[in-house]
Amino acid sequence: MSKQFKNNLITYGIIIVFFAIMQTLASTGNLSSLFKGLLVPICVYAIMAVSLNLTVGILGELSLGHAGFMCVGAFASAFFSMCLKDSGMNSVLRFILAILLAAAVAAIFGVLIGIPVLRLRGDYLAIVTLAFGEIIKNLVNVMYIGRDSKGFHISLKDTAALGLETDGQVIIKGPQGITGTPNDSSFIAGTIILLIAVFIITNFVNSRSGRAVMSIRDNRIASESIGINISKYKIMAFALSASIAGAAGALYAHNLNTLNALPKNFGYNMSIMILVYVVLGGIGSIRGSIIAATILTALPELLRGFSDYRMIIYSVVLIALMLISNNPKAKTFLEQHDLRTILRRAEKEDK
Amino acid sequence: MSFLNYCINGLSLGSVYAIIALGYTMVYGIAKMLNFAHGDVIMVAGFVIYTMMNSLGVNPIVAVLISVIVCTALGVTIEKIAYKPLRKATPLAVLITAIGVSYFLQNLALLIFGSDTKMFTSVVKVPQLKLGEIIITGETIVTIIACIIIMVCLTLFIKKTKAGQAMLAVSEDKDAAELMGINVNATISLTFAIGSGLAAIAGALLCSQYTSLTPYTGAMPGIKAFVAAVFGGIGSIPGALIGGLLLGVIENLSKAYISSQMADAIVFSVLIIVLLVKPTGILGKKINEKV
Repeated sequence: MSKQFKNNLITYGIIIVFFAIMQTLASTGNLSSLFKGLLVPICVYAIMAVSLNLTVGILGELSLGHAGFMCVGAFASAFFSMCLKDSGMNSVLRFILAILLAAAVAAIFGVLIGIPVLRLRGDYLAIVTLAFGEIIKNLVNVMYIGRDSKGFHISLKDTAALGLETDGQVIIKGPQGITGTPNDSSFIAGTIILLIAVFIITNFVNSRSGRAVMSIRDNRIASESIGINISKYKIMAFALSASIAGAAGALYAHNLNTLNALPKNFGYNMSIMILVYVVLGGIGSIRGSIIAATILTALPELLRGFSDYRMIIYSVVLIALMLISNNPKAKTFLEQHDLRTILRRAEKEDK
Repeated sequence: MSFLNYCINGLSLGSVYAIIALGYTMVYGIAKMLNFAHGDVIMVAGFVIYTMMNSLGVNPIVAVLISVIVCTALGVTIEKIAYKPLRKATPLAVLITAIGVSYFLQNLALLIFGSDTKMFTSVVKVPQLKLGEIIITGETIVTIIACIIIMVCLTLFIKKTKAGQAMLAVSEDKDAAELMGINVNATISLTFAIGSGLAAIAGALLCSQYTSLTPYTGAMPGIKAFVAAVFGGIGSIPGALIGGLLLGVIENLSKAYISSQMADAIVFSVLIIVLLVKPTGILGKKINEKV
């Protein structure tokens, strides 16, 4: 068994064990309703963190617009489900199709945005991804789509401008978004999507393409000189990352009755939030991203007892974590007291 | 309202962006970090002035001066506590810390002042100017004049004084500057002090124009100013001015003629187009990579 394979098995194991524990707690009634409501968001943010880790950790580019892809996926899938809501289709099949559609649409956006964006470097790239994220959120907020017997109508003004027939139905209502999306998401669905996302990403990273992407990250000029097509691999990784974010968006959309694009859920704040998960979990570490996303999604809710102070505590914890993890003294202390180092030292002494 | 009027209002908004963008650009030039908490310093300035004027009845000018002092101290403190230990850390770690500071300031303000919108009394007492059809408010006049004065002073400061030259040297090469006897830490602190002081002035002007104040007031102007700084070429002071003014005018014109809801999208689209044509901004330096 290779080290890589073992490592991946541990990640899958952690997810499945976490799922089993939560499911048992929920079925025996030991889980508060507050925490039950957090299970699907935890999956959503874990998937988002894993997918952003592909862009930040593997591709090595700082993206501040990841929530934009989630927004695209959420609206595409919710629109799809709304259209097929009354068609009598099996809800599981409809949800699977919705997720696939969300991933595909987000991937197309990933390619379209990736082509111009990936020409830029560093902070310029970061600000342009932020700009794209805000544009997507802004456009969704002014978009009206309705349906009647003649087909679909799109307007950027208001519902009246759609010119619907009397029996027509407005599906996307601008700032009011989409109401009445079927609640197809569940903790099981979230866990399965998370497992698939981890499977896809770990396999991508260990594939020929993944190695090409990492070589571009480590040295662009060197990899170009040995004949790696920089644009192709960069866009490939970016689009894959976007499509997984789109799937997370589908999960998110089908967990809510009303879906609208607010600064809170699809703005740059959310993108930054996900970036925080990735950085705290360890850049490039898939398992770290999942654990960080889980803890940090649950933390503000678990701190609800402190109500007014919880976000302050959260921000102080964030700053303190960054300061401690970058403090040379703390680093050596952690290394000396790391379990593996202690075991190794003990082994040496035995000999 | 005529086209000219929209342009003048745009210039006024753009001047505020330019003043905020200066802080971003200077900090970026010297510390090579994106200070995400910069926008929230504006909000802190707003609340300091609000408290001074409404609870203590202080004269508006004095209130602005006090807010400048408070924000300067705040900027230096933030730098000392949160950013200084991370000088050698990765840029991402510094970015996350800056985000943490931003959350901290927002939530502290939320805790102290609550989330409801406060009515902000304008600190400007200049009467409005009428030129035929065009009406220019006192706030607009003061904002544009303040922006010009700040630009001139800052350029002179950097060109003519020792401290300003030290800043240039540090932004060029930190290690070499240290070898030449420049106190790098003091220079970085000074940069944060100036940037935060400017943010306080920008806060006073911004809140006077919009006359409302919440804990999140600074976030969006902060991001826009950051866009303005990138637009003009981050690290360049004239670039911040040009970027800020252009952004303000574009935003106001698109609000007036296209759609008020889509103004932000248009502003960001223009940024993207500019960066695609000129990847380091309008006045940014192009750095060629060496193998």
